[in-house]
Amino acid sequence: MSTFIQQLINGITLGSVYALISLGYTMVYGIIKLINFAHGDIFMVGAYIAYLSVTYLKLGLIPSLIVAMAFCSVLGMLIEKFAYKPLRNSPRISALITAIGVSLLLENLMQIIMGADSRVFPRLVTEKNYYLFQGKIVVNNKQIYLLIITVFLMIILNFVVKKTKIGKAMRAVSQDMDAARLMGINVDTTISYTFAIGSALAAAAGVLVGLYYNTINPLMGVLPGLKAFIAAVFGGIGIIPGAMLGGFSLGIVETLVSGYGSSMYKDAVAFALLILILIIKPSGLLGKNIKEKV
Amino acid sequence: MKKRLLVYSAFVVVLYLVITFLIKIGIIDDYIKLNLFLIMLNIILAVSLNLINGITGQFSLGHAGFMAIGAYTTAVLTTLEKPVPFYLTVLIGGLFAMICGFIIGLPVLRLRGDYLAIATLGFGEIIRVIIQNIDYLGGASGISDIPQGIDWTGYFVTTVLSVVVILNIINSSFGRAMIAIREDEIAAEAMGINTTLYKVLAFMIGAFFAGVAGSIYSGSFGFIQPDMFNFFKSIDILVIVVLGGLGSVSGSIISAIVLTIISALLQDYPAVRMVLYSLILIIIMLFRPQGLMGTKEIRLSKLIPIGGEKNA
Repeated sequence: MSTFIQQLINGITLGSVYALISLGYTMVYGIIKLINFAHGDIFMVGAYIAYLSVTYLKLGLIPSLIVAMAFCSVLGMLIEKFAYKPLRNSPRISALITAIGVSLLLENLMQIIMGADSRVFPRLVTEKNYYLFQGKIVVNNKQIYLLIITVFLMIILNFVVKKTKIGKAMRAVSQDMDAARLMGINVDTTISYTFAIGSALAAAAGVLVGLYYNTINPLMGVLPGLKAFIAAVFGGIGIIPGAMLGGFSLGIVETLVSGYGSSMYKDAVAFALLILILIIKPSGLLGKNIKEKV
Repeated sequence: MKKRLLVYSAFVVVLYLVITFLIKIGIIDDYIKLNLFLIMLNIILAVSLNLINGITGQFSLGHAGFMAIGAYTTAVLTTLEKPVPFYLTVLIGGLFAMICGFIIGLPVLRLRGDYLAIATLGFGEIIRVIIQNIDYLGGASGISDIPQGIDWTGYFVTTVLSVVVILNIINSSFGRAMIAIREDEIAAEAMGINTTLYKVLAFMIGAFFAGVAGSIYSGSFGFIQPDMFNFFKSIDILVIVVLGGLGSVSGSIISAIVLTIISALLQDYPAVRMVLYSLILIIIMLFRPQGLMGTKEIRLSKLIPIGGEKNA
């Protein structure tokens, strides 16, 4: 039983990272129906920016988190402007191929700039373990940081989407882009903001992963990116609470698989989960079935 | 029609004889020969992926997984105590990949567009992870010392056969059904085309040839590792197909040749090569989304006036 709870705690930690990244996927997909393959790499860039600002500017955790989020939101907007916007009326496959291209570009540019090897992420917090239930369960203070920051960011996001004008515009555009445009909403700006917010969240996740695992590398975004996408589909792509639910469930499933089975299979299980959900309920756990227009 | 066939056969035979001659007199050394093998490998992979992605319009990102199946089949069967003849293992590898293509294709091909892309990517990765976890297959370190079973002639014949078979499929009624599905799936279904059948069929044939390519890869390079067949390998093949034009076989062949030469030249700078690949993908999509050739084909019989038909 204690192993189970321990795995659950680790799973929630991992899941919160997936949830943060998949929020960006879901928001972008909800608005322009594009799987932003480069999202996982923005997560990686975020980790590197934080690494640089900690190493060279000697900033602490929260300031470097903010720097990384700011940098990546600009990066996300630029990518959208130059790579995705010209393709808004092309077939979706063209946009998908472009997104794959952007993803490869970010990964390999980073390899050229920073080298292909892993780097040690500076220790920003002194590690402390808390032992619960007579030492049967260990909670790390980094895990607590991670969870607090994630939940905090999610609350802010919820506020932005539900209460602010830009959030209202985002919801309107995702409902019906043309109708929103007719109502006087600037669709391009709204899409741009969506990318900015999503990328900022991915960057935050990148920083937290760097903090948690103490190591970063240029390809670190590939698998978490794919898995965050799986999480988004699992919860119902385009639905914000779905992304959170999907992220946490995927994290928990993964740690349970590596806890009880083999950690080697955890990636395969994630993909199997994706294929199962696509076949059984393609709209995801929280999604509604929509008939395809002919 | 007969004249066209004559032109093509003549071209293929001359090409074969010229290169064999160059190898004999040593102008083509081992290094160039190696890259020649890679070019032909990429031609098989690109043409077979084009059948799925370009002709049938079903976006698949799992081609490397099928290649892995073929590669490992050959590696295992030729290193047994009583080794199976090499070309038999190529056939078995292809068929095995084809069966996996059927098992994967049947449920997954109900999905469309980007969902299909992700699902096939997932299957490709699942295949790789499973192979990596089977100790018998050498785990992450792979299998080495696979006996060399194929030479230049074998490579050439396999490549030509693959391309000819796929071209014939495209130009048959099967191919027309596949193109109809690409153009408009719903309309194709309304015209009485069994879309599931043709989509799965295209997927299986594509998988078969990816398996063949994997088999001859392990039979010629002697060493395989699960990581060689990861998601990035699938992207490599995708870049070739997209650059050549989704739907153009000759485009795939040309871009397989060009891109393999480019990556051979950039061998020492893998990151630069990938930056180039990614820029090619982005720029092609922004400025010429149909690829260099679109869906057009280069017809040799038109280029060579003697054998060409007057109004082909």
